Amino acid sequence: MEITERSLMTLIHGMGFGALYLLACSGAIVELYRRYAPTCQTPVEVRDERFLSTYLVVMAALAWLTVLTGTYIIYPWYRAVPPPGTANLAGFPQRMLMANPSTIAWHSIGMEWKEYVAWLVPISITMAAAVFIRYGRNLRRHPELYSAVLGFVFVSIFAAGVAGFLGAMLNKYAPVEGGPNIQLLHGEKP
Amino acid sequence: MSAKDRSTSVHAQDFRNGDGAAALLAAGIGSFAVALFALLADKSNAVKSAMIFYKPTGPLSGVTTSAIIVWLVAWAILHWRWHSSVITLRPITRAALILLVLSLLLTFPPIADLF
Repeated sequence: MEITERSLMTLIHGMGFGALYLLACSGAIVELYRRYAPTCQTPVEVRDERFLSTYLVVMAALAWLTVLTGTYIIYPWYRAVPPPGTANLAGFPQRMLMANPSTIAWHSIGMEWKEYVAWLVPISITMAAAVFIRYGRNLRRHPELYSAVLGFVFVSIFAAGVAGFLGAMLNKYAPVEGGPNIQLLHGEKP
Repeated sequence: MSAKDRSTSVHAQDFRNGDGAAALLAAGIGSFAVALFALLADKSNAVKSAMIFYKPTGPLSGVTTSAIIVWLVAWAILHWRWHSSVITLRPITRAALILLVLSLLLTFPPIADLF
């Protein structure tokens, strides 16, 4: 069972950091809604407050890791330019998509949207984490601030969902492949 | 400080919202900067070339780095001006959310191509 170095890195970027961020989003929303909505009356313990602060900081770290690995490690592999006369575009995903009229939109709309919309995620969740660390349970006293922070978290899920979906589809039609093979497991001989 | 003064001070601190407003509006500005720089790099070859901070990544490196700088500078300035104040939040939250939604729309290529 082998995987190429570039495939492994793409997996870490998408399935590791990105998917984990998306999973974490629902937890953050539930926690913000259950304990910190302005209408909540139940007392918040210091432990709960500390938990959500840490949770949001981890989410922000995941969002930054996702966009930084995507932009500075995966994207250069995606947009690599083949030498003139190259017939096999397997190692050049962008060129492979652009060479076929039925897949060109995955680049011209899919990747063009993904590469920018993903950057709204770390900005939004870093702000949410900073505001929560500053206000904690007192967020209940600032209903407009609470609603706006929740709005940014919702938009961050949408943006991360768009980027994740497009990333999965792009990798389906033109996988980022190459680099040395990494042996994951040895199978039994037939 | 008397007990009454202490109580008033704690009460005032509870309602201070300037640093939250600063973080929120700066996030809106930063998000919009991503979309604006992306749009400018798409429309102008000069901007596109100027945005290549790291060649393997192309203009994406400059667009995102510039937007992050705009976001952090806006946050620092707004925080410095508002952190100990009580701000009327409604226009700030509206502006921040409008900037965020605009940035979502403007990064979508079929909409960006209308300009």
